[in-house]
Amino acid sequence: MILDQVVTGLLTGLIYGLLALGLSVIFGVMRIVNFAHGEMSVVAMYAAWAAARYLGLDPLLSLIPIAAIFFGAGYLLQRGLIQPFVSRPDYMQFILLISVALILTNGALLVFGPEARGIQVDYAFDSYEIGTFLIDKVRLLAAGAALTLTGLLLAFFRFTLTGKAIRAAADNRTGAQVIGLDIGKLYAVTFGIGTASLGAAGVLMALLNDAIPRLGPELTLLSFVIVIVGGLGSMTGALAGGVLIGVSEALAGTLLQPSLKSMFSFALLVLILLLRPQGLLGERS
Amino acid sequence: MKRTALFVLIGLFLLAPLASGPYLLSLLTTLLTFAYLGQAWNIMMGFAGQLSLGHALYVGLGAYVSAALSLFWGIPPILGVFPAMAAAALVGSAIGFLSFRFAVKGVHFTLLTIAFAEIARLTFQHLSALGGTGGLFLPVEARTGVDLIHLRGDPRMFYYVILAMAAALFLACRALMASPLGYRWQALREDPAAAESLGVNLLRVKLAAIALSAALTAAGGVFTAFFYNALFPDQWFGLGYSIEIILAPIIGGLGTLFGPILGAILLTPLGEAITAVTDGLGWQSAGIKPFCYGVCLLLIVKFLPDGIWPAIRKRLP
Repeated sequence: MILDQVVTGLLTGLIYGLLALGLSVIFGVMRIVNFAHGEMSVVAMYAAWAAARYLGLDPLLSLIPIAAIFFGAGYLLQRGLIQPFVSRPDYMQFILLISVALILTNGALLVFGPEARGIQVDYAFDSYEIGTFLIDKVRLLAAGAALTLTGLLLAFFRFTLTGKAIRAAADNRTGAQVIGLDIGKLYAVTFGIGTASLGAAGVLMALLNDAIPRLGPELTLLSFVIVIVGGLGSMTGALAGGVLIGVSEALAGTLLQPSLKSMFSFALLVLILLLRPQGLLGERS
Repeated sequence: MKRTALFVLIGLFLLAPLASGPYLLSLLTTLLTFAYLGQAWNIMMGFAGQLSLGHALYVGLGAYVSAALSLFWGIPPILGVFPAMAAAALVGSAIGFLSFRFAVKGVHFTLLTIAFAEIARLTFQHLSALGGTGGLFLPVEARTGVDLIHLRGDPRMFYYVILAMAAALFLACRALMASPLGYRWQALREDPAAAESLGVNLLRVKLAAIALSAALTAAGGVFTAFFYNALFPDQWFGLGYSIEIILAPIIGGLGTLFGPILGAILLTPLGEAITAVTDGLGWQSAGIKPFCYGVCLLLIVKFLPDGIWPAIRKRLP
C-alpha cells in the first residue's frame, strides 16, 4: 500500500522534474525567475485537451507539436518582451512575469471558463501488475515520456554545440561574448527550451489531472519548491527535486491528510532556503 | 500647484459620500483600502527595497486576530488592533531575522515571503477553531449609526475610517521618508554594502522596515475584516491577494508617496468599469478584471518602469 504510493509518487515526480527543469534552465542561464511558469504549463494542458477534444489526438502524440509551438512562443516572448529586462533589477523581472502570469491564468479563465477540462483516453483505467505493485498505465507512459525528454535535454546541453554554447553563456556571459557567441540568440533559444519543457510537462500532466485555470499559481509554486530543493539552476537537481517532492507529496497524502501535502512542501522550502540555499544537490557559489 | 492639487484631492475625498450612492461609496472604500495597503507595502519595498510577495500574510493575521478577539472574548477592534499589529510585527520580524541570519537575499527572500504566507494559509485552513476552510464570520448587524469602538455602523463610517487611516499613513510615510530611518532605508535599498560601511546597522534597519510595514498592513486587515465580515484563508492569505496589494504602488510609482494612492485611483475604477461593461454586454466575465490588471501591469513595467506618478511629477511646473 505504502510502496504503491511511493511508486506513484516517483512516476508523478518524473513529470514534476521535467516541469521544474524548464524553470531551472531559464534561471541557470539568464538569472530570470519565470513567475509565469505554472500558468504557461496550464496553457499547454488546455492545448492538449483541445487537441484531444477537437482533433482526437492522444496527448502522447500531440506532445511533440505542442512542445514545438511552445518552443517558438518562448523564443518570441524572450526576444520581444523579456530580453531588455535581463539587465534590470530582480524585482522588475518578477513583476513583468507576474503580469504575464495574471494574463495567462485569467485569459484561460475567459476562454475556457472555470470548469475542469479532463482528457479521457481509452487506456485510462488500464494498469499493470508487476509483482505486488499495481501501476496505472497512463501514469507509467507519461512518466516514461517525461524521463525520455529529460534525458534528451540533458544530452542536448552536454553534447551539442548549441547546448555547450548556452552553458558557456551561463557560466561567463562576458567571456562568451568575447569569443563571439550571440548572447541574445542563445538566451532566446534557452527560453524556448525552458518553455518547451514546461509545455511538454503540461501535456503529460493533462493525462493525469484536469486542466483548470487556478492550477497555474499552484504549479508555479510547486516548481519553485522543486528547483529550490534541487538547487536553483541545476538541471539534475530539478529532476531529483521533482522525484523527491513527488514521493513526499504522495506519502504525505496517505500518511497524513491529503490537504497537508503542500504544507510539507512549503516547510521543506523554508528549511532549504534558510539552511542550504544552494539546494540539496547544488554547489555553494 | 502641487499643494492646490493635494487640497482639491482631499476635499473631493472628504465630500464624496455626500454625492455618492451605496455602490460608489463601497467602490471608494475599496479604493482607499488598496491605497492604504499599497502604502504600507511600499514602506518595505519602495523605501527599503525588500520585495515581499507575501503581504497577504499580514492582512490575514490582522483580520483573524482582531476577529477572533472580538468573537471569542468580546474585545472590540479598537483594542484588538494592537495585538493584531503586534502579531504581524512579530511574524514579520521573525521572517526578517531568519532571512538576515541565513543571508537569504533577492529572489530567495521573495520566495521565503511567499512560503510563509502559504504556510499560514494552509495552517488557517486546518484551524477548525477559527472556521478552517469554511470561513470565520463576524455578526452582521444593521448598518446604521456610528460605533467606532466596535467598528459597526453605516457604510459612510467605514469610508471615513479608511480615509482617515490612508491620510494618516500618507502623512506618517512623508515624515518617515525625511527621517534618519528613511534615509537609512534608502541607503539599504540602493547599496547595502556601502550603507553598512557607513555604519548603518542593516539588521536593525531591515527589521524596522518589515515590522512597521507588517504592523500597518495588519491594521488594514483589521479594517477589512470588519468591513467584509467574512474571512476565508484562501482569500485572505492567498498569493492572489498579495499580488493585488502590490499592483497600486507599482503602477502609481514605487517608493513615492503619491504612487499607491494614484495607482488605486486609476486601477479600482478601471476594474469596476470593465466588469460593468462586460456584465452589460452579457459576456461571461470571470477573470476579466485581473486579466486587465495584468495587461496594465505589463504595459507599466515595459514602458513606465518607475510608475505613473514620477512621469507626471516631471511635467508639473
